[in-house]
Amino acid sequence: MDTPLINDLNICVATENGSGSASSNNILFKAIFKMGIPCSSKNMFPSNIQGLPTWYQIRASADGYLSRKDVIDVMVMFNDSTAAKDIYRVRDGGLILYDDSTALAANLKRDGVQYVGFPANKLVAKLVPASPIRAKQRNMVYVGALAYLFGIDMSVIKAVLEDTFGKKPAVIESNLICIDAGYQYCKEQNFKQNIARLEPIPNGNKGKIITEGNTAAALGAIYGGASVICWYPITPSSSLAEAMEYYLPRLRKPKDGKKTYAIVQAEDEIASAGMIVGAGWAGARAMTSTSGPGVSLMNESIGLAYFAEIPSVFFIIQRGGPSTGLPTRTQQSDISLMYGASHGDTRHLMLIPHDMNSCFDLARQSFNFADRFQTPVFVAMDLDLGMNLWPSEPLKLHQEPFDLGKRLTAQDLEEWTKAGKKFRRYFDQDGDGIPYRTVPGNQNRMASYFTRGSGHDADARYSEDEHDYKYILDRLRKKFETARKFVPKPIVEKERGVKTGIICYGSSYEPVREARDRLKARGLKTNHLLIRALPLTSEVMDFLAEHETIYLVEQNRDAQMAAIIKDENPELGAKIVSVLIYNGLPTTAGEVVAQIFDAAQSAQPKTA
Amino acid sequence: MADAKVNRLNLTEKDYDGAPSTMCRGCGHDAISASVQRAYFENSIDPRKVVKLSGIGCSSKTPAYFLSQSFGFNAVHGRMSAVATGANLANHTLLPIGVSGDGDTSAIGLGNFCHMMRRNINITYIIENNGVYGLTKGQFSATADVGSVMKGGKVNDIPAIDLAELAITLGATYVARSFSGDRKQLTPLVQGALSHKGSAILDVISPCVTFNNHEGSTKSLKYVKGHLDPIHDLDFVPPYENIEADYEEGTDHQVEMHDGSRIILHKLGKDYDPTNRAQAIQAIHGSIAEGKFLTGLIYYNPNRKEFAEELNLCDMALAELTQDDLQPPLEALERINADMMK
Repeated sequence: MDTPLINDLNICVATENGSGSASSNNILFKAIFKMGIPCSSKNMFPSNIQGLPTWYQIRASADGYLSRKDVIDVMVMFNDSTAAKDIYRVRDGGLILYDDSTALAANLKRDGVQYVGFPANKLVAKLVPASPIRAKQRNMVYVGALAYLFGIDMSVIKAVLEDTFGKKPAVIESNLICIDAGYQYCKEQNFKQNIARLEPIPNGNKGKIITEGNTAAALGAIYGGASVICWYPITPSSSLAEAMEYYLPRLRKPKDGKKTYAIVQAEDEIASAGMIVGAGWAGARAMTSTSGPGVSLMNESIGLAYFAEIPSVFFIIQRGGPSTGLPTRTQQSDISLMYGASHGDTRHLMLIPHDMNSCFDLARQSFNFADRFQTPVFVAMDLDLGMNLWPSEPLKLHQEPFDLGKRLTAQDLEEWTKAGKKFRRYFDQDGDGIPYRTVPGNQNRMASYFTRGSGHDADARYSEDEHDYKYILDRLRKKFETARKFVPKPIVEKERGVKTGIICYGSSYEPVREARDRLKARGLKTNHLLIRALPLTSEVMDFLAEHETIYLVEQNRDAQMAAIIKDENPELGAKIVSVLIYNGLPTTAGEVVAQIFDAAQSAQPKTA
Repeated sequence: MADAKVNRLNLTEKDYDGAPSTMCRGCGHDAISASVQRAYFENSIDPRKVVKLSGIGCSSKTPAYFLSQSFGFNAVHGRMSAVATGANLANHTLLPIGVSGDGDTSAIGLGNFCHMMRRNINITYIIENNGVYGLTKGQFSATADVGSVMKGGKVNDIPAIDLAELAITLGATYVARSFSGDRKQLTPLVQGALSHKGSAILDVISPCVTFNNHEGSTKSLKYVKGHLDPIHDLDFVPPYENIEADYEEGTDHQVEMHDGSRIILHKLGKDYDPTNRAQAIQAIHGSIAEGKFLTGLIYYNPNRKEFAEELNLCDMALAELTQDDLQPPLEALERINADMMK
């Protein structure tokens, strides 16, 4: 038998959704975190409330990798309907934990894996009085079984329960009884396994937090000054707006004893976009959150905001395609949709977080970009970042003044008048493509203007004149070029002499980090560039120029980011070899490594 | 030339002018713009506190033709309700007026319009209703009556949406109908709407002289004039004027507005209490059954809070708040971080 790995383990829990497993999985994950072990979790849940299959993977990684692990070491098989397939999802030599008091046991026919059965149903029936929650408590039993098998001390479990249910001692007690029953049963049976052991790392996760990207982004938006928030429920973005609903009253001090924010659940995404365009026009820091289908509905207002030059922030939590089926799975497949959203010639600023702190910080900064460039700004996230729990350094606030851009007050205009300057809403006064702006309520006589979509001249007068229209379009392009110099630069990790580069963005960062280590171990050294914004900055082109081979990893079928690069620089873009992962699951390092090796091999010159 | 009349802000009616209109000659919309301009002047409202919003269509162009000192926003088709909602949340100290058409409101924008009224957004919302799409040259709108004939002879056989009834049902708190050709009635109704806090909906029949003014149309000038069904004559009395002279006990009904102004309703036929919701809807139905346009102040509800008040927004406009107001202290984030360590 092999010696067990220390703190290297991937557990997959297969249950039905709505069965209470979210709570058990959370306790298990947090217990491992509390032991100081680097760990991450991936929730693969259905678009349903009760009764459909759901899988939750918890990974402990001594090396500190946080992406989904390729292989499953332990399968907790608590869903009869998927058991026939689940049994083959665990690796050879892996372990299957199952409830031997159900009919499932008869179907366990695969060789090469270890089976550990324990009577979860029976144990719970003995311990918990018949009630609607009894079935849910069943899931607590596997927490105890896993704790015994892999070495999680019950005192850690107890501490997590106290953190989670602090004010409800009865809940702590009832959960603890069930967990302990699982633990004690496995102990009595003297079950052993040789896959892995979890060993506490003193101060291992000290100072680290666990959060989801949607929460981090919500907090970032609050710190960034969002004051009008209009949204429509859509997975996987709803929890961002809901986190704002939770935190705003707790964080924003009232003024005149009243609220300093308006949060409105709109009737649809058409309305939520219209509302934030109206609010941005009137001078508030306005935002919405949605996902791909919402962007489709918002398109018309996005174009209006682009042409009328109205600051507005759109948080887009990407998911699978239209309608039903994949809304609860992750993708990076709305990059083109966002970048060119709406009709007419448009190009939009996009900020692309890749971890919890960048979700927080780019959310905060998005309002500065929107105000500075007077345009819609997209914060492009995805379900993996937004809804999964990630360990992270604490959220860090960069304290800097709000940048309201070229917004003129009544007093500013008074000084302009004295200086003989005229306010011209859509005129390129400074040569950077960014005009000056006033907002309604400005009492200066020069301040008011009439806002329209495409038909206006540099003075905001109605115009269908061909020169006026071209002037506006060209200036908007110039503004976009100015933004190119301001948006967050990529993060580059490179060594001299390395000829292969990998580019990625967003939630692909973590699997790519792990993949690079694996590639290195197999003899392929790589440099790395993480794109953090659109428009692309010069560093991206430099990186392309500096490397012989470039792999661009993204989570969509059509190589959407590669297309943007190729469009801007066809020659350098031609070097890109796309690594495309689009099965709806969080990307694994193994998927990246496999595609890169495949591509590298097929690129080898064939010898006779 | 004699000195022009000034209002309490020392402004003349000319100070409420807009750009020259580009509507067709004789278009009812221009008469409505004139009533709107008059109402602002008479109510002594500072144009710099007004925001004008619209969607798309002939009617939606008209906010450019009055109050050029106000900010204006000609948004996209059907979305004025949503845009106005956002603007109102960003700065509830401003006075929004929305101008829309029957296509913009009752077809493409119907959903957003309904929800704006459900929220009771503080706005004066005027629908310049002519039963036809003007800017796209003459298609039926959703307010075209059954049996009305299009210019080319096509007959409409789908029932019309009655915007006044819809407004009452969905929570609007000031609902009136009028006719562009009746400034005597329209101006005080606009004045009342401007004094009201909440969604004030004015469905103004405004015949399209180019595409819907022919024989067989139920929204032609001639047809509308012959089928008006006014509930009452009315006068608007600003808060600073003595009203007693105009008011006759027994035959007149008086409506008190949020800002202290009053609308005096002089009875024409039956007793009519505009605060009675069921009676209002019944009156609309009765009028439709007779093939007439019920006009006047149809419904009024002074008791419902407007949305910004319902949300308990601070007195200062959200758009004017500073970083001090909006950015929580660093310590608060540190506490959240500590919670997330558990």
